[in-house]
Amino acid sequence: MTILNLREIKKHFGATTALNGVDLDLQKGEVHALIGENGAGKSTLMNVLFGALRPDGGTMTLNGRAYAPGNTLDSRMSGISLIHQELLLAPHMSAAENILMGNEPRRFGWLDRGAMNTQARKVLDSFDHPEIDPEAKVGSLSIAAQQIVEICRAIAARSEIILMDEPTSSLPRDDVRRLFAQIRRLSAEGISIIYISHFLEEIREVADTFTVLRDGKSVASGKIADVSDDYLISNMVGRSVEKLFPAREHPKDAETVLDVIELSAPPRLKSASFELKRGEILGIAGLMGSGRSELVRALFCIETAVSGSIILNGKTIHATNGSPAARIRQGVGYLSEDRKTEGLALALSIGDNLTMTRYSACSRYGWLNLGKQSDQAEKLIDDVGIKAQDAAQKVAALSGGNQQKVAIARLIYQDADVLLLDEPTRGIDIGSKAQVYRTIAECAEKGKAVLLISSYLPELFGMCDRLAVMSRGRLTAARPISDWTPESAMRAAIGGNETQTAN
Amino acid sequence: MDDELTKIPAVPVQSFFKRWLTVLGPFLGLALVIIAFSILTGSPEKYLSPFNIRIVLSQTVIVAISSIGMTMIIISGGIDLSVGSVIALAGVVTALCVNAGLDPIFAVCAGVAAGGVVGLFNGLAITGLRVVPFIATLGTLGIARGIAKWIAGQEPVNVGSTWINELVVTFPDPPWLVLSVGVWIAIILAVVMAVVLRRTVFGRRVFALGSNEAAARACGIATGKLRIWIYTLAGLFFGLAGVMQMSRLRQGDPTVAAGSELDIIAAVVIGGGSLNGGQGTILGSIIGALIMAFLRNGCQQMGWANYVQEIIIGSIIVAAVAIDQFRTRDTR
Repeated sequence: MTILNLREIKKHFGATTALNGVDLDLQKGEVHALIGENGAGKSTLMNVLFGALRPDGGTMTLNGRAYAPGNTLDSRMSGISLIHQELLLAPHMSAAENILMGNEPRRFGWLDRGAMNTQARKVLDSFDHPEIDPEAKVGSLSIAAQQIVEICRAIAARSEIILMDEPTSSLPRDDVRRLFAQIRRLSAEGISIIYISHFLEEIREVADTFTVLRDGKSVASGKIADVSDDYLISNMVGRSVEKLFPAREHPKDAETVLDVIELSAPPRLKSASFELKRGEILGIAGLMGSGRSELVRALFCIETAVSGSIILNGKTIHATNGSPAARIRQGVGYLSEDRKTEGLALALSIGDNLTMTRYSACSRYGWLNLGKQSDQAEKLIDDVGIKAQDAAQKVAALSGGNQQKVAIARLIYQDADVLLLDEPTRGIDIGSKAQVYRTIAECAEKGKAVLLISSYLPELFGMCDRLAVMSRGRLTAARPISDWTPESAMRAAIGGNETQTAN
Repeated sequence: MDDELTKIPAVPVQSFFKRWLTVLGPFLGLALVIIAFSILTGSPEKYLSPFNIRIVLSQTVIVAISSIGMTMIIISGGIDLSVGSVIALAGVVTALCVNAGLDPIFAVCAGVAAGGVVGLFNGLAITGLRVVPFIATLGTLGIARGIAKWIAGQEPVNVGSTWINELVVTFPDPPWLVLSVGVWIAIILAVVMAVVLRRTVFGRRVFALGSNEAAARACGIATGKLRIWIYTLAGLFFGLAGVMQMSRLRQGDPTVAAGSELDIIAAVVIGGGSLNGGQGTILGSIIGALIMAFLRNGCQQMGWANYVQEIIIGSIIVAAVAIDQFRTRDTR
C-alpha cells in the first residue's frame, strides 16, 4: 500500500534550483533509502516533507489525500517525524519531556507531569526499553539511549513515516547496529522510514528500496537487492567511478621519519609503538574509543602523554610535554576527526582557514599580504578541487565534503612532513572522498609520511602500505597490508575472544 | 533475535557530591558570606539582628524581583541588558501618574505596563527583526533611558505621599506583617514563577527553547511567539521592580539603576543560571541576589569602601561560574 507519493517536486532558492522534479513512492512499512551526493537535494527534500520548506511545484499525497504542511507542527500532526543528523534533544530536560515535547499532556496550561511520565513510560516499554527512566535527564544518557529517546518521540507522535537524515554519522559502531535493529522493529510495526546515508553498506543492510537524487532530480529507484553498488554510484555521480582509490606503488627501503616508542596517554591510550617511513601511508584501524584518536592527539600534544619517546627525523623530541604550536614547527600536521568544532573556523573565509597554520608564508613583519594570501589560497582550491566561488567565501557556506578538502589543503599549505589524519573522509560524499584519496596519495608520493586512522576498512585496505590495529589502548605491530584481511583486522580490533562493550 | 543489540549501555551516574553541589551550592555561598561577616564585624548579634536582616531584605527587593524575570530570559537562552533603564522608566511613569492625580493602584499598573511594553518591543526586535538579544536589549537600554529622561524633563519627579511610598519601608505598618509589603510581594512572585517554570507547559517550553532551540522548533513549538511572551512577561517584572525603586526613593528618578542589569544578571548566574540557556532556578537567583545584598551590607558595616565591594562581588561571580564548570564537567 502506497502511503506517500511525491510527483515532480520543485524548489528554488533565488537563482539556484535545489529540487528539479523529484518523484518518490513510499510503501507502508518499508525502509526507503534516499541516496545522493552532498548538494543533490536530499536535505531540501526532507525539509519539504517535514514542512520546514514549501515546495514551488509538484504534488504530495499522503494516505490518498493531498499533503501540504504549512509548518513542522502540521507535518507532525499528519504523522511525519524527522530524526536529524545531530540529535535534536534538550539535554537539560527529562526523557519524558523530550519524548512529549510540543505535545505535552496538560490541564488548563498546567503540565500533567504524572500523565507525561506514564505516557513516556508506555512508549519506552512498548519499544522494549524499560531501562530508560522517563525522569532521567537526557544529557546524562548515553548517545544510544538518546537516540532511542528521539525515536520514541516519533512513536509518541503516532508517526506513520519517520525521516532519518544520516542518523549514524555520529554513532559508534555498536550503536549503529542497535539503531538498525530499532529500524527493523519500526518497519515490522508498519512504520515507513525514509533513510538518508552516504554509506552504501549501511543502505544495503537496512533498506528495502531506494531513490537516487542527482542535481535535484530523482534519477533512479527500485529494490536495493536488484542493483549493484556500481549502478548506484554511477547514478549518484552521473558517470561511472572506475576506481575510488588511486593506484600507488608501495615505497621500499625508505628512511624512517617518525619513530614512536611506547607512547602512553591514560586512560584511553595504554601503549603504542610504530615507525613511519617517508612516502608511506600507515593505517590504524580500531573501534571508536579504542584509543586511536588519543594516539594522534597525544602525538600532536593536544592530549598529554605520560610516558614514551618520539624520534622525529632522527632527533628525539619531547613526548610528554610540548604544544601543538611546537609540533607544527617540527613539521607535523594534524587533521581532527571533528572538522566542525576542532578543525575549521567556520565563520572565516577559505583563504584564512587555509593559511592560518603558516601565516609566515603570506606575511611580512606581521602584516598580511592579502593579495599573496588569496593567490596562494586560489591555487590550493584548484589543486585540491574545492568547489567554491573564491578564496573569500566563508567555509560555513561549503558542503561537508568541500569543508573537509579545506581542512586537508591546510596541511598541504602548512607543508607538514608528517600528516596525522583522523577519519579524513567521515560523513562526506563519494565524489569528495575520491578527491581526498587522490590528495592523500599525492602527499605520500611527494615524500610525506602519512598516518591514516579510519573506521572504514575498505578505505584502509585501498590506501595503506602497512596497517596496525588499536585495541583497548594497545597498538599491534604494523604489518604490510597484504598480510591482513578485513576479518583479521576486525578480529584484532575487537580483541579476540573477549566481547566488546561500547562506551 | 535482536535482544542483545537493542539493549543499551547503562546510564552514567553523576557523582553524589556533584549533584549535591548543584542543589546546595548557592545556599552554601550565602551561609559562607553570612558567617564570614558575622565574624569579621565582631558582633554577629548586630549583623544578624532582625533589624539588619530587614534592611538587607528591603534592599534586595528590586534586584530580586528583576532577577525573577531575568531568570526566565536566561533559561530561554536570552539576555536582557535593558533592565536598569526599564526600572528608571517604570519609576518615572509611576511618579508622573501619581502626580497626574491617578489612583495609586492605576499608577502602579501603568509603571508595570511600561516595563511590559519595553519587553514586548525587545521580543519583537529579537524575533521579528532578527537582532540578537544582546544587541536588541542594548538598544532598548538606551531608548528606555532616553524616554525616561524625556518624559521626566531630565530631573527627578517628586511625588506626594501615597501608600506606594510605603511599599519597601524597613518597618511595615501594620507591624504584624513583620516584613514590608514589597518583600512579601517578591516572595509570592518568586514562588509563583518557580511553580510556573516547573509545572506549566509554558515553563517547560522556556526550558526547551533554551536547552535546544532546534529541537523545540522541530517539535512544533512556536519559538518566536514563545520568545515574545518571555520578554514581555519579564518586562512586567522589571516594571514592578521600577515601582519598588520609585517607592524607595519616593521620587521617579530617570537616572537611577544605571548598571543594575549587571547585578541582576550576576544574581542569576551566581544562582546557577547558565548564559547558554536551559539552566537556572528562581530560588537560586533569589539566593544569588541575597548573597550580593548581605555582602554589600557587611562591607558597609565594616566601613569598607565601595571599591572593596566591587572587587569581592566580581570575584564571587567568577568563582560561582568556575564551580559551575567544575560540576558540569564529565557529566556526559
